Parts: sequence; C-alpha cells; structure tokens
Amino acid sequence: MFKITLLDRFFLLATVLLAAWQVAVGINGMDTLPMIAYTVGFGVLLVAGLLLIILGFDALESPVVAILSTVIPLSLSLGLVWEHLPVYRILYLVFTIFGFVSIVITRSIPLKNKLPVIVLAGVHGIAGVIIFLLPFFLSFTGRAAPGFSLVGLGGALIGLEGLLLSFLKAGKPILSRNTTLKIMPGLLLLTTAAFVLGFSAT
Amino acid sequence: MAARIGKSFIIEPLYSILEHCLKIIIAKLRLYWPLTKSLQTGLLLSTGLAGFMSARCPVIHWYDFLGLSLSLFLAIAGSTIINMWYDRDLDAVMNRTHHRPLADGRLDPNEALRLGLMLSVLGVGLSVVMSPLYGLIVFAGLFFNAVVYTFWLKRRTSWSILWGGISGSMPILAGRAFGMGSIDSIGILLALAVLCWIPTHILTFAMRYFADYQTARIPTFPSVYGFHFTRITIAVSSVMAALSISSAGVLIGMQWGFVRVLAVLSAGLILLATVTIFHPTERVNFGLFKYASIFMLSAMLLLSI
Repeated sequence: MFKITLLDRFFLLATVLLAAWQVAVGINGMDTLPMIAYTVGFGVLLVAGLLLIILGFDALESPVVAILSTVIPLSLSLGLVWEHLPVYRILYLVFTIFGFVSIVITRSIPLKNKLPVIVLAGVHGIAGVIIFLLPFFLSFTGRAAPGFSLVGLGGALIGLEGLLLSFLKAGKPILSRNTTLKIMPGLLLLTTAAFVLGFSAT
Repeated sequence: MAARIGKSFIIEPLYSILEHCLKIIIAKLRLYWPLTKSLQTGLLLSTGLAGFMSARCPVIHWYDFLGLSLSLFLAIAGSTIINMWYDRDLDAVMNRTHHRPLADGRLDPNEALRLGLMLSVLGVGLSVVMSPLYGLIVFAGLFFNAVVYTFWLKRRTSWSILWGGISGSMPILAGRAFGMGSIDSIGILLALAVLCWIPTHILTFAMRYFADYQTARIPTFPSVYGFHFTRITIAVSSVMAALSISSAGVLIGMQWGFVRVLAVLSAGLILLATVTIFHPTERVNFGLFKYASIFMLSAMLLLSI
C-alpha cells in the first residue's frame, strides 16, 4: 500500500480546516435546505480528510467509500439547484434522494450485472455536470459574482478525482496507482479551496 | 591574579555543582514525565478548561484560569502517577508498558508514590482554596480514579471502566462548576458526554492490546464478553457521547456554525464505530481510537469558543 507522507498529511489537514471553516462560517444565512446540503457535502470532505490522515490510503479500500463519495456531488449540486434554479427544486430533491438510495441498494446487494456501475455513473454524472456547469453559467450571465465560477472549477476537480479513483478501483487505472494516490491530497485541497473561495464570492 | 584564583576556586566548582544538579533534575524529569501520561493528562485538562469556558463568564481573570489549569494538572497527574505506582507489576508483564520507568525498575516505587501523593495533595489543596465545591469534585475524580478504579476494581471486573469513566468526567464537571458556582444540568450533560466517550477510547485500546491484557490477567470487555459485543458497546457509547455533547452545545448557546461542525464530527464518530461492527479490522479499530481523541479535543475547542 502506498504510504501517506508528511506533506500529504499537511494537505489533508488544510483540507479539513477549510471544510470546517466552510461548515462553521461559510454557509451562514442561507436557506435551511441548502445549508443542510452544504453541511453534508463539506462535512463529508472534513471527515474524509480526517480519516485519510488517521488511516492513510487504506481508508480508500473500504466499500463505504463508493457510497460516501457520491454524497459530496449530490449534496453540493442539490444546494446549488435549490438556490439558483428554484423551478427544479422538488424535481432535483427527488432525484437526489432516489439516486442516493439506488446507489446504496445496488452497492449493498451483490449483483453480477453492470447495474451498480450504470447507476453510480448516472447519478455521479448528472450531479457532477451541475456542479461544474451551473456556477460557470451563473457567473458568465451575470447572475452571480465572477468568483462564483470557482465552484465550477471545484466541481471539475472533484469530478477528476472521482474518475481517477473509480477507474483505479475498477482495475483500469487512467494513471498509475502511485501517481493517483500521490496527487490526491493536493487535488482534494485544491478542490476544497476552490469551493470555499467560490462560495465566499457570493 | 587574586581575582583569577578566586574565580577558579569558587565560581568554577560552583558552576560544575550547578551543572551536575541540573543534569540530575533533567534526568529525573525525563523519568517522571512518562508517569503523568502527558497526552491523557492533557486531554483531561482540556476538558476541564472547556467546562470552565462553557460557563461563559463575562470576565475571565487570568489567575482563575491559571489556578484552574495548575490545580487540574496537579490532581490529574498525581492520580495518574498513583495509578502507575500501583499497577507497576501489571505494566512489567505487558509488552506495551514494560519499558515504563516504574515497571523496568529505573525509578524507585516509593519515590514515585511520594511524588504522586504530593502532586495530588497540592492539586486538591489548591482547588479547595479556589472553591470548596470545585475542590470537592476534583477530590471525587481523584478518589474514583485511585481508590475505586485502580485499587479496588481494575483487577476484579471489566466494569471497572465505568468508574474510570466517572473519574475521567470529573474535570469537565469541575471546570463547569467552578465557572458557574454550582452543579447544573449542562455540567452533568458534559460529564455524561465524557463518560460515554471513555469506553470508545479505552475499549478500542483493550481490543488492540488484547494479548497484553490477557497476559496481565486484567478482565476487559473483549476478554469477558467477546469482541463483537465490545464493538457494539463502543458504537452505542459513541452515539451517546455525540448526542450528549451536541445537546450540551445547543443548551450552552453555542453558535449554530459550531453546532454544525460538532454534528459533522459526531456523524464521523458514529460512522466509524458502525464500520467497526460490520467490517472490523485492527486498523479501523485503532483508527476509531485516534478519531475519538480528535473528536473530544475538537469538541472541547468548540465548547470553549
């Protein structure tokens, strides 16, 4: 197993502190549902960072990781849709709940077909596209501050991490295992920093 | 010439005597320091200070804060040294602890006992002077740890951890009582949180060093009730600790942002405790031990802000 270095731990600690700051201060004054959604999203980042510091990269071997890693894009995209696309609020809330439950079920029951992968890719894909594109769209159309596009950058980065890890776990790595794990703490920090800066721009 | 002779005959020997004394003191301190279990003492001290800060006194005098820190440190370190002194025979047969200064004979047991008693008396004495109620609670913590837990129950029953837990919950109750001037329901809730957190801390340790405890013939939950039941106990106590500390946070009037952080950290604790039930590995088990320590320290920090 690839050993976690001191620099990795430093990056992860910075990620944890940034996520904690965002949960404590960065989402004050929002509506109840976005506040809950962002608390869950950044909360998972916070706890994931702590567990990686404590357990090292072995933590990624747990079957819970696939389920928990879905929570970040789902909750953040729900918060974004609720705040900025009020017409689709209920529809997206239903999609979020249904998508999450589907992933939990297909990951908990041993299935030999491709359904678990299709469900995971579908739910991840839609949530990822929303986090990536919606902030850029809102910034470029002037409906949000230019800095808000950083949330989209964070969405792109977390999508990249998800892809690298998913392909690695599926046995078809895009980058080597060592390279993927080596860049992950830095990528996580960049992702969190982009989210925090982007949200503070609003 | 006379001055140079005086310097070489008086100052240099004096300097070398002082240097020698300093070396002896440093060597002794190096032996004494591990007796205090500095991390554990530090964590318990932080709970006491957080209990005091949770009272939200309008004005905090530096001498109160210093007195609280000093009295708690002395009492906790004193009772820990007494515990180390009494358990030195057990420590000597356990792999994890056989290198401790009392267990391997580097330190005279009577000297350690004198130090433990002296620190305890000073700690309790100072706390009684500061406030009789505060002093009584500090004394209760010391009594439960040294007499009930260490001398009486530790070698007899695995349920001794309950008394160890009650003893560990006294610093936060003492700090809160010192700040408030009385024992209130929030103080009891905070003490309950620490009491419920202690099994998470101790039982994960008892599982990791199972063979050691077996060698020393100390009854523990894993040896009496098995690993599965112990893991369930840890999960239940983690949930109770998280609920108690979050409720206390809300009742204290903690800012909502900090309550959210506390809720997130609590969810992590409960998740990890649940994972240890269904996917138990030694690494996850010890990960829970470390996470529980970080959880408690973070909770204390949040309560203090």
